[in-house]
Amino acid sequence: MLTRQTFLAAAGLLVAAGLAAPASSQAPVRLGELNSYKNFPAFLEPYKKGWELAVEEVNARGGVLGRKLEIVSRDDGGNPGEAVRVAEELLSRENVAFLMGTFPSNVGLAVADFAKQRKTLFIAAEPLSDKIVWDQGNAYTFRLRASTYMQTTMLIPDAAKLQKKRWAIVYPNYEYGQSATAAFKKLLSARQPGVEFVAEQAAPLGRIDAGAVAQALADAKPDAIFSSLFGADLAKFVREGTQRGLFKGVEVFNLLAGEPEYLDPLKDEAPDGWYVTGYPWAEIKTPEHQKFLAAYQAKFKDYPRLGSVVGYATIQSAVAAIQRAGSLEQEKLVAAMKGLKHSTPFGDIEYRALDHQSTMGAYVGRIGVKDGKGYMKEWRFADGRDFLPPDDEVRKLRPAQ
Amino acid sequence: MTWSSILIQLLNGLAGAASLFLVSAGLSLIFGVTRIVNFAHGSLYMLGLYGAYTLIETFGRTPLGFWSGVALAALLVGLAGALIEVAILRRIYRAPELFQLLATFAVVLVIKDIALFAWGPEDLVGPRAPGLRTPVEIFDKRIPLYDLVLIGIGPLVLGILWLLLTRTRWGTLVRAATQDREMVAALGVDQARLFTSVFFAGSVLAGLGGALQIPREPANLELDLSVIADAFVVTVVGGLGSIPGAFLAAIMIGVAKAFCIGIGTVQWFGVEIAFSKLTLVVEFLIMGLVLIIRPYGLLGRPPAQQRHSGEPAPPLVPPGWKVAAVWLVPLLLLPAAGDRYLVVLATDIACFALFAASLHLIMGPAGMVSFGHAAYFGIGAYAAGLLFKRAGLPMEAALALAPLAAGFAALIYGWFCVRLSGVYLAMLTLAFAQISWSIAFQWDSFTGGSNGIVGVWPAAWLASKTAYFYLALAVAAGGIALLWRVLFSPFGATLRAGRDSPLRLEAIGVELRRYQWAAFVLVGALAGAAGALFAFSKGSLSPSVISIALSTDALIMVLLGGVDTLTGPLAGAALFTWLRDEVARRTEFWRAVMGLVILAIVLIFPQGLVGGVKALVARWRRARA
Repeated sequence: MLTRQTFLAAAGLLVAAGLAAPASSQAPVRLGELNSYKNFPAFLEPYKKGWELAVEEVNARGGVLGRKLEIVSRDDGGNPGEAVRVAEELLSRENVAFLMGTFPSNVGLAVADFAKQRKTLFIAAEPLSDKIVWDQGNAYTFRLRASTYMQTTMLIPDAAKLQKKRWAIVYPNYEYGQSATAAFKKLLSARQPGVEFVAEQAAPLGRIDAGAVAQALADAKPDAIFSSLFGADLAKFVREGTQRGLFKGVEVFNLLAGEPEYLDPLKDEAPDGWYVTGYPWAEIKTPEHQKFLAAYQAKFKDYPRLGSVVGYATIQSAVAAIQRAGSLEQEKLVAAMKGLKHSTPFGDIEYRALDHQSTMGAYVGRIGVKDGKGYMKEWRFADGRDFLPPDDEVRKLRPAQ
Repeated sequence: MTWSSILIQLLNGLAGAASLFLVSAGLSLIFGVTRIVNFAHGSLYMLGLYGAYTLIETFGRTPLGFWSGVALAALLVGLAGALIEVAILRRIYRAPELFQLLATFAVVLVIKDIALFAWGPEDLVGPRAPGLRTPVEIFDKRIPLYDLVLIGIGPLVLGILWLLLTRTRWGTLVRAATQDREMVAALGVDQARLFTSVFFAGSVLAGLGGALQIPREPANLELDLSVIADAFVVTVVGGLGSIPGAFLAAIMIGVAKAFCIGIGTVQWFGVEIAFSKLTLVVEFLIMGLVLIIRPYGLLGRPPAQQRHSGEPAPPLVPPGWKVAAVWLVPLLLLPAAGDRYLVVLATDIACFALFAASLHLIMGPAGMVSFGHAAYFGIGAYAAGLLFKRAGLPMEAALALAPLAAGFAALIYGWFCVRLSGVYLAMLTLAFAQISWSIAFQWDSFTGGSNGIVGVWPAAWLASKTAYFYLALAVAAGGIALLWRVLFSPFGATLRAGRDSPLRLEAIGVELRRYQWAAFVLVGALAGAAGALFAFSKGSLSPSVISIALSTDALIMVLLGGVDTLTGPLAGAALFTWLRDEVARRTEFWRAVMGLVILAIVLIFPQGLVGGVKALVARWRRARA
């Protein structure tokens, strides 16, 4: 017969056995990471180095919950269907505690919806789409990076200050470029009534016909240009526009162009004076960043790109969430993510309980050229929390909650 | 637009056309003589760009360094092309038509990873052309001098090619082989050497096209596929094997693109039309129109009757119930293995098996190769997603209606396609697929644009992976059984007869096109069913379900398994899906590994996997007898 005593004794024995057999409790904490490594290698290779560094540091400090941290990383092929399968594999075969990563918005959104279906935490590291936390936001998805809306908003004060009347716009023809353009037009019109948008060019991603685009923009005789091009498109646009005199006497604003991934390939052709968001890695002197920079350079003999910071901070978020939850249960993890605060190389951030967006900021400044290389000058840090819409508006934007 | 900006945009278009012409001329030359649809041509272009970058950095950014770098890069790419021909393609000329496409696809994968390994992931912005850096002023507008040089290079290369083709013995042989390569062989010309030399010349053109873009285009890893699509279009619009045609088509497309951008956004009757967005699809619209009006391209001629392309297709044998049971029973027991992910993977395989089997029916027995089969898969997926999310239909109804939507699309597209044959037909299917893709991609308010549609999850009773797997298995098995049943009906026999001898068939009074059209609708509907199944298994869909990449995957599955067998496409779908999943997990350079595995299969089993196994079994039986 099972008495209270024998039950307790048995329980005691079990606990003792548990303590005596650390091997079982020392199984590593496994987290699943998926990204489009082969589709966007310029950003994601440094990103991978970033998270590798963070994992190494976490484990040197004794891991998380007293266990070693282990990342199972996969290529998602840049394709939502494949990404969902990979995510399934991570959860059911690799038994990872939760998911993180992704780059393009369509993949991020598909994985976010999958996470909701599987009731599993998902930390969207890089996708910038506003929809991930707003229109299609869900209870299980949190996003680290400053969104398209936030980064566009960061450029608005400078853009409005110039009081330029005629604006031309060029953007890569997919969600990121479209929402950046929409946000920019809406926000600038609100700040500067009477502003005119005189030309708009949607270029196929990765395949801009830069000469024709530069000419078409020049024909509209703009006073200023807003662009959200990046990568090869940006390089082509800069070169053709410069040769054709498009930028003479015209102010240019370009999201992301200050990120080393996209700025450095331009070398001495980096466009002087452009207003950009980016990452002046060599000049940020905060202690958090100095520490990160030194560790990164020691490990990889290379300087960090923005992707490195994103990868590094993603792991920091994951670890902070696990520590705060004290467990790997999904509901506890999700509760821990809400309002989670931790430090990153870009300073302290908080995952807002309101819309699951982190307040990670970005650096805003202008491009300068020095020693045959582009760099960011006159930069300042824009804290993410100052560039989000008022709470009431966010609630309206996020129907799911 | 003012007159001066029209002139400038014209010059922009012509400059853009120059490289496109070089690449396409090379592709056209290779296809004309060897009948190989060379997927790796874009990769050769990419190598040209990367090679020129490295060479110019080594030689120094002087005029001499620049031009010798460009020329040497083109020659090296030519050697690489010749090497591919000698080492791989030469071994499989006897394989069924289009099988070489599989080999060149594998080469694409390998070259991409070699480039990543050798040059790293970052975009490499090459130097501006030394000596040509000052822009030229034309009516108060500036255009880079280099663009004008490029405009001159196009006709120059055209002239050189024309001289080579009409004034040399090599050119005579090339033209003869383009018209009738069996006759050339019969006259004692060494085909191997001719083919290698043509591959060399075509690859030099691709490499030159890439190298010349150095001042205009950063070397990056996405170039191969974006260029190959453009080059196919130009080659087909111009007429396969016609170099002047390629020149004309390149100019047409280059100029059309420049004008789409130049016109920008206009208001017509209160409706805002953004022409710049059309750049995604304008070349495919042009190709579709040209093929509908001129079935062999602008300057192409009807292809010569091929007397012998590889071994004749063996007669098909319907698999018996016993064989089916041997395969179905383990599949039914699969969920019992307890590996949840295996079930998910098997669901994917079931979708792709149906998709590949539907492609197989038209490209194998019916002899109509489709390069755009993802159109029907994708339209099925979108129809399911839209009916479920926008019309609020229950999941079961959406799933059941989706094949009708795909079948309807096939009804329209098929009507145009069956009027053509061979590669022209294949390219028209590609055009329709790209047009469908761009509608899905651009119609933001309805299809969700580039993000697609999320939240497409199955009904509660199918929510478990196992239940959904059984559904997928049932639909796939039912669809495949239907396809096989059709193949051995009089209808299927007519289709096969139409592939083998359209002339005789028409002589006995059969209107082949109607049969082919009906086949299009049938396979379209079944591909749509596969797409709808796929969408609900993923919970989301995006334009990638209509992409060229997916159309290519389907082709690879069919060819890998063996186009001359019934079970080949199923084996190909299973192997390809499983392999990609497995290899991607194990190595960073999974593309190269995948490419090498496909190459190994291609070289060992030139009839595809199932075809090869069957041949082995037959040989073993003969040896025992």
